[in-house]
Amino acid sequence: MKILVAVKRVVDHNVRIRVRPDGTGVETAGVRMSMNPFCKHAVEAAVQLAEAGKADEIVVVSIGPKNTNDVILTALAMGAHRGILVEAEQTLETLTIAQLLAKIVDEEQPDLILLGKQAVDDDSNHVGQMLAALTNRPQATFASEIKLDGTTLEVTREVDYGRETLSLPLPAVVTADLRLNTPRNAALPMVMKARSKPLAVRAAADLGVDLTPRLIVENISPPPERVAGRSVASVAEFAAAVAAEVNEMEAL
Amino acid sequence: MSVLLLAEHDNGKLSPATARLVAAASQLGPVDLLVVAEAPAAIAEAASTLSHVRKVLVAQGQSTAEALALTLESCAQRYQSVSANASSVGKDVIPRLAAKLDIQPVTDIVAIAAPNRFTRPIYAGNALETVTDPQPLHLLTFRASAFRPVAAGGSAPVETLENSVTSLARLLAAHRNQSDVPDLSTAQIVIGGGVSVGSAEGFQLIEKLGKTLGAAVGATRAAVDAGYAPNDWQIGQTGKIIAPDLYIAIGISGALQHLAGIQGAKKILAINTDAESPLMKLADVALVGDLFEVVPQLIAELEKLGVSRPTG
Repeated sequence: MKILVAVKRVVDHNVRIRVRPDGTGVETAGVRMSMNPFCKHAVEAAVQLAEAGKADEIVVVSIGPKNTNDVILTALAMGAHRGILVEAEQTLETLTIAQLLAKIVDEEQPDLILLGKQAVDDDSNHVGQMLAALTNRPQATFASEIKLDGTTLEVTREVDYGRETLSLPLPAVVTADLRLNTPRNAALPMVMKARSKPLAVRAAADLGVDLTPRLIVENISPPPERVAGRSVASVAEFAAAVAAEVNEMEAL
Repeated sequence: MSVLLLAEHDNGKLSPATARLVAAASQLGPVDLLVVAEAPAAIAEAASTLSHVRKVLVAQGQSTAEALALTLESCAQRYQSVSANASSVGKDVIPRLAAKLDIQPVTDIVAIAAPNRFTRPIYAGNALETVTDPQPLHLLTFRASAFRPVAAGGSAPVETLENSVTSLARLLAAHRNQSDVPDLSTAQIVIGGGVSVGSAEGFQLIEKLGKTLGAAVGATRAAVDAGYAPNDWQIGQTGKIIAPDLYIAIGISGALQHLAGIQGAKKILAINTDAESPLMKLADVALVGDLFEVVPQLIAELEKLGVSRPTG
């Protein structure tokens, strides 16, 4: 079985971001970048399936500028077999990303596609669902457990009311949630080995997808700041503050 | 410009989020509400009483993303906008539908500046992005907690749709966490507990305070990961986004992803042993103390003050 994993390079999730004062975006120059956390869970899930003898090839694909290589290398060091970089300098919308990935899926014909459920930069949570639609496959988003039995997947997903378990036939698209697994940190020998694994580079412009954005981004602004409050010394004062809030609420 | 809105419901009941979604959608134009469920009749009846609803469309069917996307697709051409809640259902279906219709969706909308101009948070709410959508059809999800609900008192006509879509994915089991506390994402008061609550038993103390205040109970990701609270209680960037009038944070330091989930809270009150934690610093009222000592005293003080709100 072949698994395709799509990963995204984002501002490291530990970095406190800064909105540019001119409203054109978020400062990314000189900021530490890394693989989107949810994508790491997707890579880990693929590697675990391979280690269990249920998958024989893991292809990892990422879309972005040349230096997006580094997140592909991270995935290769975790245990993926080969990489594909779809090179694009410009910012791409989620639909365009899904359309580019669909072209790669057409070529690669994977049995299972794994992605992170959302990227921590745009927080969109679109691409897995879009790719499932474009490739006409069933989807299971927000996966916290995956069981593979022959060509049937059993996926437990985290939903608003609790959890639900879906059964879906392969080929399928699954997006990973945080409780799916604990991603490994690749040991140094694996990092060295990753550099010798095959990594193909494709130009996004050559894949026959219109890269023009559909939406017009008007402005990026910081959220309104909260005014610092006061601290109280006793439970009685705290209770009085709670009571005041409740009374004000009830009065509305 | 008319809007098709997918009604949010669970376990045979219309969700309180739907009234908020109608409020958002009605800023774009007349709203037709679509109810898709295995047994939709009672949900549709409740939906028809919401004001600002032009009509209620009812389809009997499955709620997998594939099935919902196909049902929505069959109606989409008659509208200028198709919208849903930014919940696990809306997140599952709207992008799938968008790709089929070749439309870039705008999701997690928290403010509407014009019928084609929307604001949404990015980077866990640390930035707000405003976009204009020039496409002929707008595919949208709204963050219910960012909008005030419409009132009841409507009497929209109900129309049944033929619906015969099928899905490759099948629902095998639903694991619902039984609870009689209010809905977390629409509650007026929310009490949140962190990992320092220490155990599932510790969370019963938080729930007890919740009962006094008629509040919903939530938890940080760390508390959920530790098994102290069920996953549907998780508040945060990728959990539930809440916007209560009052949020009481107990033993929560305030990791970035948790702060992303509570940004819409009007007032934040916090109890923690560490006065220097990020959440204590941004709280409107902060009390330094051990939660196991403070919470029982707080419940007693609130009873003394006669504060008691019914649940639900």
